[in-house]
Amino acid sequence: MAEMDTSSGGGHKKGPGVKKGKKLSTRVDLTPMVDLGFLLITFFIFTTTMSQPTAMKLFLPKDADNPEDQNKAKESGALTVLLGKDNHVFYYEGILDNSNASTKFKSANFGNGEDGLRTEIIRKKASTPDKDFVVVIKPGAECTYKNVVDALDEMSISDVKRYALVDISEVETQLIKATEGATGAK
Amino acid sequence: MGRPKIPRKSTAIDMTAMCDVAFLLLSFFILTTKFKPAEAIAVSTPSSVASKVAPDKDVVLVTIDPTGKVFLSMGDDKRDLAKKEALADAIMKTKGITFDKQKFAKAHFWGCSFSQLPSYLSIPEENRKGNALAGIPADSTKGGNEFAEWMTFIKTVYMGDKMNLLLKGDNAAKYPAFKSVIDAFKKNDLMKFQMVTNPESIPTGTELWRKSIKGEKRDD
Repeated sequence: MAEMDTSSGGGHKKGPGVKKGKKLSTRVDLTPMVDLGFLLITFFIFTTTMSQPTAMKLFLPKDADNPEDQNKAKESGALTVLLGKDNHVFYYEGILDNSNASTKFKSANFGNGEDGLRTEIIRKKASTPDKDFVVVIKPGAECTYKNVVDALDEMSISDVKRYALVDISEVETQLIKATEGATGAK
Repeated sequence: MGRPKIPRKSTAIDMTAMCDVAFLLLSFFILTTKFKPAEAIAVSTPSSVASKVAPDKDVVLVTIDPTGKVFLSMGDDKRDLAKKEALADAIMKTKGITFDKQKFAKAHFWGCSFSQLPSYLSIPEENRKGNALAGIPADSTKGGNEFAEWMTFIKTVYMGDKMNLLLKGDNAAKYPAFKSVIDAFKKNDLMKFQMVTNPESIPTGTELWRKSIKGEKRDD
């Protein structure tokens, strides 16, 4: 098997004067076929296990009927992350009001570089006591689903225990617009 | 010198058996592979570091397409079919509309308002494409949040049974669409859901990375 019989009729008895034609073997070399088979197998093995989507859990907090009852985050430990248009990220610590908006309101990006969101979260996490640390994610109307998932993912990457998805306020929307306008973003 | 003659054996091996095994395995993998169902709604999901595989049993899947339209679908098991028929009954009874229950259960996904359901179901399945359909009205600012009502029906149908609520959103979908879906969940006290994402490796040097190196169990 597995190779062509090229010996010229080795096993045949040649009678005197009898000329026999070359008898070709019917056997085929199966090696390429086996190769192909295993190649396809590996292909199927890889494609089946790799394309399994994963799921990310999210628990929603119950809305309190009375806004006063809503859990209050400690101001010193709060980091608010705002998501804007075109993957822009902004953040501020504590509470934002008109007097400190210009200094507190900072912009970041989804990277992990110098002004990345991750760097900022790690910094804030290290400088605040664990039980006070809370990240508030406020997605703006212009940000995409991907941005929200990325931000939530950032929470699990940096192991933030407490985080919340909160609606953005009018003041913050205005600030984002102003900052985006200033940095030349469309 | 009279050396005993050892019959020379061929070094070629019989490949037939190996070939058989290879093709047996091949056919096994081909048959067990679940092919991606024809995607009527084109959605590319974002990636996350979550490692848990998305469940595929008792699934209620909410899809948000790139333009923010909302679609709803359920599994195709026998159990799911029963649930779908119960859902159809509930809708027909409450909404006072009639449509083909079988067709409703066979539809791969639903993406229209209640009033349009009968005409929606009359469209042949292969012609139901996400980009041509209206989607379930979910935005409470325009046209009311019908999606919340869908979720109410689904919740009653799944009463007492396990339900895996999945949310599959497109990268490009805007946040308001996502928010209206969340609001609909909240309205129905469905506080726990999972978002379908693509797996992504954990960035090195981060807290989570250190944890996973230590072999700690992750609670996502």
